[in-house]
Amino acid sequence: MRAFLGLLARNRLALAGLIVMALVVFFALITPLLPLPDPDVTNTSNRFVPPFSEGALLGTDHLGRDLLSRLMWGTRLSLAVGFAAALIAATIGAAIGIIAGYYGGRTDNIIMRGVDMLMAFPYILLALAIVAALGPGLLNALIAVAAVNIPFFARNIRGITVGIANKEFVDAARLSGMSDARIILTEILPNVIPVIVIAMSTTVGWMILETAGLSFLGLGSQPPQADLGSMLGEARSALITNPHTSIVPGMMILVIVMAINLLGDGVRDALDPRLKSGALNRPLPATLVARDRKPVEPKREGILTLTDLETQFRVKDRVYRAVGGVTLGVRPGECLGIIGESGSGKSVTALSVMGLVASPPGIVTGGSVHLEGEDLIGAPYRRLRTLRGRKVAYIFQDPLATLHPLYRIGDQLIEAISAHRAISGAEGRAKAIELLEAVRIPNAASRIDNYPHELSGGMRQRVGIAMALANDPEVIIADEPTTALDVTVQAQILSLLDDLRRERGLAIVFITHDFGVVGQLCDRVAVMYAGRIVEEGPTRDILDTPRHPYTARLMACVPELGGGRRRLEAIPGLPPAVNDLPPGCAFAERCTRVQPDCRKGDIALEPSGARAVRCLHPVPEQEAAE
Amino acid sequence: MTRYILRRLLSAIPVLLGISVIVFAIMAMIPGDPATAILGSYATPENVAALNEDLGLDKPLVQQYFIWLGNMLQGDFGRSFALNRPVLDEVLERFNATLVLAGTSFVFCSVLGIMAGVVSAANQYGAADKAITFVVLLGISIPSFFLGMMMILTFAVNLRWFPASGMWPIYGDRDIWALLDHLVMPAFALSVVATGVIARLSRSAMLEVLRQDFIRTARAKGVPERGVIWRHALRAAMVSIIPVLGIQAGFVLSGAVYIEVVFQWPGIGRMLVDAILRRDILLVQGGVVIVAACYVFFNIVVDVAQSLLDPRIKT
Repeated sequence: MRAFLGLLARNRLALAGLIVMALVVFFALITPLLPLPDPDVTNTSNRFVPPFSEGALLGTDHLGRDLLSRLMWGTRLSLAVGFAAALIAATIGAAIGIIAGYYGGRTDNIIMRGVDMLMAFPYILLALAIVAALGPGLLNALIAVAAVNIPFFARNIRGITVGIANKEFVDAARLSGMSDARIILTEILPNVIPVIVIAMSTTVGWMILETAGLSFLGLGSQPPQADLGSMLGEARSALITNPHTSIVPGMMILVIVMAINLLGDGVRDALDPRLKSGALNRPLPATLVARDRKPVEPKREGILTLTDLETQFRVKDRVYRAVGGVTLGVRPGECLGIIGESGSGKSVTALSVMGLVASPPGIVTGGSVHLEGEDLIGAPYRRLRTLRGRKVAYIFQDPLATLHPLYRIGDQLIEAISAHRAISGAEGRAKAIELLEAVRIPNAASRIDNYPHELSGGMRQRVGIAMALANDPEVIIADEPTTALDVTVQAQILSLLDDLRRERGLAIVFITHDFGVVGQLCDRVAVMYAGRIVEEGPTRDILDTPRHPYTARLMACVPELGGGRRRLEAIPGLPPAVNDLPPGCAFAERCTRVQPDCRKGDIALEPSGARAVRCLHPVPEQEAAE
Repeated sequence: MTRYILRRLLSAIPVLLGISVIVFAIMAMIPGDPATAILGSYATPENVAALNEDLGLDKPLVQQYFIWLGNMLQGDFGRSFALNRPVLDEVLERFNATLVLAGTSFVFCSVLGIMAGVVSAANQYGAADKAITFVVLLGISIPSFFLGMMMILTFAVNLRWFPASGMWPIYGDRDIWALLDHLVMPAFALSVVATGVIARLSRSAMLEVLRQDFIRTARAKGVPERGVIWRHALRAAMVSIIPVLGIQAGFVLSGAVYIEVVFQWPGIGRMLVDAILRRDILLVQGGVVIVAACYVFFNIVVDVAQSLLDPRIKT
């Protein structure tokens, strides 16, 4: 509760709403104690006195009644009626909702049908019908407004109750022989009340507005008694000659409703976990770059090189070093594998290349990425956009989520082309069919009109690959493209990629957590752990003699076909959190070969021939070969 | 598709019956003798008895309901006592005016609300977002009847840009320009709250969608940001915006009551308020049933639009 109030206080607008509302309520409460003239005493010789006159701060109305006094009494009445309506609607609505949600079955069905019927009405219409039956009057307006809001509460509370009624503690209470009434009162109600309060806080503004509206129409409070709505309604006839009599009550309604809305928004935001975690931040078109050091020259050869690349996620005051200085290079026609556990930073490394890391919270903080000699880190968005898909294309995991669900795959393929060059409809369609045939999709000409959800997982992934090929890119970055697929489909996709690489001289960066896949496709492989490369070299060499203990353990996790005798070993423990990396080797905690010096200082990636390893005590070659 | 529409139309029948039951039940709540309520307290007992028999009010409630329902199905909604003409004629005539007003408002609030929401989301926490958020907050907080009065004061009385009230000029041609001239202010005043609500929802729906994987795919393809926002993100966000448009249509339709009173628009809302104040019960009954039925029908249109927009919905 205190944390909640703190959050609310940090939201300045909500705080302003709270203060305004508190003031309004305070003055409404003390109105009877203030030395105000009687709001209903008429004085026709003193009609329409303008505001700021002596004896009448806000002036007088068409019957010479003091507007300030009427405003304060009217506010008091409007607030009281609004809150009362909210309370009645919440109480009855919650009771209906709890009964429907708790008992379920036919009770639930019948009640909710009725609620749906009520919701099928435009709501003011229903209120009008009720007032028509009961006759105009403030109490009847209150009943009407409360009644039309009951379905809203009933439906919300029912949803919450259904969730609670199936929880273990309710079952336990039932088994212990508690009566339904007692369970509802002691187990369900305490859990539902916060929801009721929130729903009330967001609707009380509406209720005040609605009762004011009915009074404005002359269906609510009857003269001489006046709430804000009827004050406005009575002033309407003098709108042109004496606008102040309208503006005074109108502004008051505006202020009250606005304060309540601000407060309600604040409450909602404070309770929404997604806002706290930044999960509702929109990713910018390109990842933010904040390099404090000078861009570095490439250290590797190749069409695409990454040099000391650093990418961080900054959430509030925490910094997650997802990529901590990665240096890599890939040559045309070559396939480079990047392997590591979930969270090792391999995907973020790949996305950093084209500025596709979600930002905020992602920021590239150092290093460089060179594509054919051009540094892409810090390149303007316009430049990056022309390179995306044309020079460097991506294939993502899980094509059900990565293809647009509402566009036909043909249109998505054509768009990939038309993003970079003007293309006619017929030409685009022909090219799209050609692409689908290139990735061996049968009946390409009819498949092109399918939506993603109408294709199988393997077919969708082929579409993803076809889209990557659309502009004959130089580099393809494939981020776990086969992880979601079953083994036979996976093999087909891998051989397809392999063929494409040979036919078109593509450079492929292939990200995976599966050594089996690496062995089939990659010429070289880099092993990542906690945002850094711990071992790198030709695939064959690394598979035969892994030097880094992590590589060795990772390979031991892979079941081998026909190798039934070998023990599968999971690596104990978890990778370290990248916002709290230990000094020295990040793998030390989980390593069987750890020595005291492993935890001392930074360990360099030590090259030896075509390979490199970041370890002070690597696995000896004979042992590794076994 | 045709079968889906037919099924939706069939499923509206129980809802319409429910609505008729609710309206009938509310009218049955009228305290005391309905005939006295209609005729006023000065009516002679003979007159009251005659009217009771005339209206079938001496029969049991259930029977009364079915007679009433049967008459309605034949297009007989009774006669308005105050206007001395069939309820249906009056309601349909007035409903036309309301449809012009509410329809214009609805188009206006949908277009402007969605655009504001998209621009707001695309510039999250930027100047445009903050400005739109503030205007939206103001919009959803201002009572439409007060806004309407202030607009009359400013744009009709002081600036003399638009006529202050009515649907047609008292003298002069009843052409489309005269109508538009009269329509601008009430349609705008009526749409403000709904625009705000739609803008808010569109903003959050867009923010939700912009984090999805397929947006990253669009960017990875090199689709320009404008295309990412308006083609990819908005298209997906529409799936959650459309149902809200349906709800807001109900709010616009019923909010028209206030606007029609403020701007003297000859619509059904003003007719209902007058009828209530005159205790013209049959007119209220007929008006409410017809408007509610139209709203149910409109919701079917929304559902069909939704299924056209989202190929994943099984039709």
